[in-house]
Amino acid sequence: MDTKRTITINGNVFPFETGETILEVARRHCIDIPTLCHLKGAAPTGACRICVVEVENARTLMPACSTPVVHQMIVLTESPKVVEARKLILQLMLSSGNHNCAVRGSDGKDWTRFQLQVAKDDNSDELCPVWGDCRLQDLAYRYQVSGEKFSATETRYPMETVNPFIVRDFSRCIQCGRCVQACNEIQVNNAINFGYRGPDSKIIAAGDRPLKDSDCVFCGECVQACPVGALVEKDVRYKVRPWETTKVRTTCSYCGVGCQLLLHVKDNRVVSVTGMPDAVPNYGSLCVKGRFGYHFINSEERLTSPLIKENGEFREASWDEALDLVADRFKTIRDTHGPDTMGVLTSARVTNEENYIAHKFTRAVLKTNNIDHCARL
Amino acid sequence: MTNTIADIETADVILITGSNTTENHPVLSSVVKRAVAFKGAKLIVVDPRRIKITEFSDHWLRQNLGTDVAWINGMMHVILNENLHDTAFIDARTEGFAEMKATVEKYTPEFVESITGIPARELVAAAKLFASAKAGSILYCMGITQHITGTDNVKSLANLAMLTGNLGIAGGGVNPLRGQNNVQGACDMGGLPNVLTGYQPVTNADAIQKMEKAWGVTGLPTEVGLTVTKMIPKAHDGEFKSLYIIGENPLVSDPDLNHAEKSIKNLEFLVVQDIFMTETARVADVVLPSRCFAEKEGTFSNTERRVQRVREAVKPPGDVKYDWEITCEIATRMGFPMSYGSSEEIMREIAAVTPSYGGISYDRIEHEGLHWPCPTADHPGTPILHGQQFTRGKGMFHAIEWLPPSEHADEDYPMYLTTGRVLYQYHTGTMTMKTEGLNERSPESFVEISDKDAQANGLANGDMVNVASRRGDITARVKVSSMAVNGTVFIPFHFAEAAANKLTNAQLDPVSGIPEFKVCAVKVSKAA
Ligand code: SF4
Ligand code: SF4
Ligand code: SF4
Ligand code: FES
Repeated sequence: MDTKRTITINGNVFPFETGETILEVARRHCIDIPTLCHLKGAAPTGACRICVVEVENARTLMPACSTPVVHQMIVLTESPKVVEARKLILQLMLSSGNHNCAVRGSDGKDWTRFQLQVAKDDNSDELCPVWGDCRLQDLAYRYQVSGEKFSATETRYPMETVNPFIVRDFSRCIQCGRCVQACNEIQVNNAINFGYRGPDSKIIAAGDRPLKDSDCVFCGECVQACPVGALVEKDVRYKVRPWETTKVRTTCSYCGVGCQLLLHVKDNRVVSVTGMPDAVPNYGSLCVKGRFGYHFINSEERLTSPLIKENGEFREASWDEALDLVADRFKTIRDTHGPDTMGVLTSARVTNEENYIAHKFTRAVLKTNNIDHCARL
Repeated sequence: MTNTIADIETADVILITGSNTTENHPVLSSVVKRAVAFKGAKLIVVDPRRIKITEFSDHWLRQNLGTDVAWINGMMHVILNENLHDTAFIDARTEGFAEMKATVEKYTPEFVESITGIPARELVAAAKLFASAKAGSILYCMGITQHITGTDNVKSLANLAMLTGNLGIAGGGVNPLRGQNNVQGACDMGGLPNVLTGYQPVTNADAIQKMEKAWGVTGLPTEVGLTVTKMIPKAHDGEFKSLYIIGENPLVSDPDLNHAEKSIKNLEFLVVQDIFMTETARVADVVLPSRCFAEKEGTFSNTERRVQRVREAVKPPGDVKYDWEITCEIATRMGFPMSYGSSEEIMREIAAVTPSYGGISYDRIEHEGLHWPCPTADHPGTPILHGQQFTRGKGMFHAIEWLPPSEHADEDYPMYLTTGRVLYQYHTGTMTMKTEGLNERSPESFVEISDKDAQANGLANGDMVNVASRRGDITARVKVSSMAVNGTVFIPFHFAEAAANKLTNAQLDPVSGIPEFKVCAVKVSKAA
């Protein structure tokens, strides 16, 4: 890095690389500039302006996420002007739509009417489904603002609930465009975009059709990208709050890409799956199977006991009985018909460790090389 | 894969063949789509169906089923003819060039057109484009391997990569996409009849000796064993007595299912170890319940050879065990004590006996997986294979002639069938079909057919249709689709109720033992 070229942020001097934005340099040095629309891996759009900072000699506040650093730039990230601008942006966002969490404030005369209206729209009397896991709410607390400053605007578009995976709640949308970028620039599924103009603006699939009748492939990238409660997983909505779960990182068990994912566990059940951010090979992306295909884990149909077939019917057996029977039959067949009349199909679905043990068993115990798996199939 | 997934984004030209990437490897397909949409990469797709990824391609070449060697030879013919091959790479790194060159001599674009149906002009353009790449990446999947000439097809792609100097460089490579999460690992761990872990041949006396010492046994078998596709017919003839099946469902995934089912029922003793009562488990003598991935500590190796951690997130239901635990218990009861305290302990043994996994340990892959070969604890892993030289020293060109598929459309069975997967289901569906939403998106089997073929057969979207081959017949719903090309129908193999594999042909590739799932002759008629 060229240490001669520097930027001063909040009085501290930092080196930078050509092409870096103010946000990138700041983040590298642990200076927290809030963002809403900025999405890693996509071109900055400057849509939300929450990241604005004061740049000396600039006529207006500059969005940190899309302003490239130049030599000797002097930047303030939390100056009174900056804070005032951020507060206004947040207040405007909060007053439009059903943001019925605590940041709505409770002093206003219309509180009851508002909550009842939201309950009707949501078809639930709970607070917002992402309460406690919302970037807008975080920032409202950080800057101590509520949604009461401006009068509430009406919700224009009804909620979309007609697909099995994603609930689209247009009332809580802050038009940040992250979902559009996630869909078009990260997954490149090109299913959604901005539609209509001005106050009618809405994120739509082509022809303003429901997602289920569009090019959407339900990868859920947009849900993971949405900073607020406008895109929510249907199965999770109201049923699971983030603080109720523990998250365990593991590897997807479907295709060979080996996406890194987080299993969200509540009461010993996997209740949701998200992509592990910033980790190879998928950098947080998943497909519909990896993200939504987890119900088999807790399925009622799981086998829970060894089974032995007698007279054409299965009956439950103890492990001891079943294992003794298997060992006994294998031994008899090996010793009477020979090892090469026996075989093992190990699995592309189980772990390396388990494949290794199957291979050791086949060779060292059965004494045959008749081992294969269904990779060819 | 010789290269990594991320590496695809640095290619100038990407050639995808026999892979329905957006449906079967969705997240990897996004890497390809980003390369094309934002990084200026060019995309060539060679596939018999108008799959989604063709919308991103500069060239879509539509070959007749089972003609892959012909178009690849044709591309090489063009590249040689135009003098676009990488002479420096060929001289320094390969052998067998002259023989290969002599063979592809006759594969002129016109001759290739007569076999493949790919217009000569399009083949020439695509070949020139591929040869022009500084880094050209080849991606392929089952559409290349599931043919009687599958091994030839793969070797031909390697020929093409060597001819253009695209091995051992970033953004290049020959990259098979693994369909199931741990196919790579099952192969790496010696789940094959001819090799021990890390591809150490069973015919190699040193390797055998090393294993005997490590395991404390003598007399490990040294003759190559049987592939699954050879075990099944032997069971049919009564020569084969027992099978121990761990986490597989061959009674949906095998070719020529009617025959496979008879064979498996003919076994003296069948043990199936699984998480669900699968079609295969139903015919077993003993069924042993195991943990699923969310209940396990361990590792999977992904398609880019990256060994990654699997972690226990929930406690298993009822009284179920690790697959390795069950196998060890059986071994112990057969008089060969096998016992381990944890998956990690097994990984330590794997590292000790497997040169390519020698440096892999749970500590090292806690945050990010490592690519094998990783021989020692301080080795950084190998993201790109064949950087300096090939495993066998020089890369071998193979002179390969095109051979036709084993079954042809004729008067009785006038159409071709090819099989594959859909986005919303996985393999034999035992896992995905437990998610209602996935079933809502993809509820049942279907017969994808072109508009013209549908009309010719008096079929409309949604009709029930009977599809028959020489081996069996199934009934499924018609889906008239622009993805289908005239003369060929497509059926996904996930659905046991209308199992596509009742129709498929069990003819095998003589080397790999892979069945010809991707081509067979069928007739379609409106179901009564
Ligand atoms: S689920 Fe995926 S494809 Fe569908 S709109 Fe969201 S990002 Fe796009
Ligand atoms: S749906 Fe979410 S991500 Fe998309 S624009 Fe609205 S708030 Fe942003
Ligand atoms: S999330 Fe999808 S693309 Fe990723 S490993 Fe799982 S199945 Fe493959
Ligand atoms: S985060 Fe910078 S403009 Fe939105």
